[in-house]
Amino acid sequence: MEFITQHPILVVSLVKIAVLLFVVMTALAYLTWFERKVVAHIQSRWGPYYVGAHGLLQPLADGLKFLFKEDLTPPESDRFIYVLAPFLALALALTAIALIPFGPPSVQVLGQPIFIISNLDIGLLFLFAITSMGVYGVALAGWSSNNKYSLLGGLRSSAQMISYEVSLTLSVVGVVLLAGTLKFNDIIADQSGYYWHLIPKWYVVPQIVGFLCYITAAIAETNRIPFDLPEGETELVAGFHTEYSSFKFAMFFMAEYANMITVSCLATILFFGGWLSPFPDRWTWQLYVPGAGLLLLGIYCAYDTVTQMHGIARLQLTVVTLLALGLGALCLIPVVMPLIQGPFWFTAKVLVFLFFYVWVRGTLPRFRYDQLMSFGWKLLLPVSLANLVLTAAWFVYGWVRHG
Amino acid sequence: MSVQLLMFFACALLAVGGAVVLILAREPIHSALALILVMVSLAVLYLLLGAPFIAAVQIIVYAGAIMVLFVFVIMLLNAGVEERTDYSKIAKFAGVPLAFFLLLEIAHWLYHAEAGAAIANGAGAPQEAASTYTLSELLFRQYLFPFEATSILILIAILGALVLARREE
Amino acid sequence: MSTVPISYYLALSGILFGLGVVAFVFKRNIITIFMSIELMLNAVNLAFVAFARALGQLDGLVFVFFVIVVAAAEVAVGLAIVIMLAQNRESLNVERMNLLKF
Repeated sequence: MEFITQHPILVVSLVKIAVLLFVVMTALAYLTWFERKVVAHIQSRWGPYYVGAHGLLQPLADGLKFLFKEDLTPPESDRFIYVLAPFLALALALTAIALIPFGPPSVQVLGQPIFIISNLDIGLLFLFAITSMGVYGVALAGWSSNNKYSLLGGLRSSAQMISYEVSLTLSVVGVVLLAGTLKFNDIIADQSGYYWHLIPKWYVVPQIVGFLCYITAAIAETNRIPFDLPEGETELVAGFHTEYSSFKFAMFFMAEYANMITVSCLATILFFGGWLSPFPDRWTWQLYVPGAGLLLLGIYCAYDTVTQMHGIARLQLTVVTLLALGLGALCLIPVVMPLIQGPFWFTAKVLVFLFFYVWVRGTLPRFRYDQLMSFGWKLLLPVSLANLVLTAAWFVYGWVRHG
Repeated sequence: MSVQLLMFFACALLAVGGAVVLILAREPIHSALALILVMVSLAVLYLLLGAPFIAAVQIIVYAGAIMVLFVFVIMLLNAGVEERTDYSKIAKFAGVPLAFFLLLEIAHWLYHAEAGAAIANGAGAPQEAASTYTLSELLFRQYLFPFEATSILILIAILGALVLARREE
Repeated sequence: MSTVPISYYLALSGILFGLGVVAFVFKRNIITIFMSIELMLNAVNLAFVAFARALGQLDGLVFVFFVIVVAAAEVAVGLAIVIMLAQNRESLNVERMNLLKF
């Protein structure tokens, strides 16, 4: 026990990292379920429905499938790089999530904030450093597969990533100018406060152009539709991950979703106030929103269990109902209620962004590669630069001052 | 053996190991990966030396852009296995140890200079990390002209690369 | 933070520079030679940052910043030249690029 009190930083950090890894891996799995359900409903069908109630056990089935598939290695490939590439992609994607604050730093255990793993002074810059290393996973995977189509897909995909990285970074500099700091907590703290006591002072309001540039560059950076030509199935077989099977392919998949989560978290922190709530502080009823929301979800699941499910699906959905009702009741306990506000609003905003990602995927067609590159260099980069110059001019002439 | 000393030796070992793999690897792509490892371990060393901004710039620019360019060129040119020739036995078996001893002698005489010893043992070192604010003050006030000159240099480099890489129509 | 003596960093910088020189002299692929130049530049950067720390001045860090930027420009143009050379001589072996030899 003295070990825990003598080394609080180490112990609390290890616990936080373990919890975050567990939560992120589960979120990755259920993000695939979410995407399949939403895309299916956009396309007027139901998506996974039979594996578990409402298809909720589908990610588990997919995971088992990936584990048991045959693990092929192309014969003439470079073994070391072939195995390294998916590990690199997944490791970098998961490392980026460690920099993100999920709640206010005031909630502490043993003197360490429990919702923030690392609180760097240059947090934003380091996040971009880690995402810029993500190009290697793709390029090395394409090269080591010893396959023309993989190489082409890998080269195209990495060229796309490095092109849109410039616009991504530039569209964020306006926010840094407004906040005056690169530290995530200070950027969020600068967004507290309300215009006319009603509308929150989030950076999306003064930096709307920056936000639109950011979200476009982010979709391109994570290789999602409409920018996923390098891995589109009708174009280049499967692009850079053609020759990967079973668990290595699952790692690429997970890395792509983890990148999506990172970029959505970054969008909420920079433009939408992070873990701040959208309602003014005077409205004290907002403290009941997490608990009430979860209880409503539980009631809907209960209704669905009773009316629509049969057999084992009924049992599974009962478990989900009890889980939702239990969590809702937990959030209404007066001790827990103020603690859960930060992470709840953060998660809600990230979920909205992920829904937007999946919505765009289900709706838009794909860019052609030359259209994609000319869009990135000839439209997005000048617009981001213009946004930066205008924000800087706004500053110099004294119309906006940061705190 | 404090944590900093352990981190230093770990990163130093990775850096030297990466450099040795750069020399000994048979394929250029392995040398490129080894160089990326060297750069990332040097970035961690910059963090230990209290320069977080430079560490981030090293990873973003050097490891994340320059080395990507190297990897692209290696893939484009399909640089395969290198042939080995021996220049001469003298160079390998006498030259390298002699160079090593030369370095040792230079280091010995450097340590025995008084000013060098004081600096080398950490006199006058600040206690906190260099903040981005003070670094940018220096960069944009005192060194403004070199900053603008490098921006023109980058423009020239872009134009040069474009002209050189264009196919003759 | 200053429990590691600066001399250790300088020794590491010297070793890396030496290894860069060895790679430059003994390797035959032009891209690998280029990479050894980058290794030498990195070793020098480490020495600059170590001295910036030891003397308490931030000018060393500004210098490192400029070295990184200039290295980026040099690599861009240099690799364009390498691509043209390789397409011209059909090989990446430095010993075959000997048109100026008499």
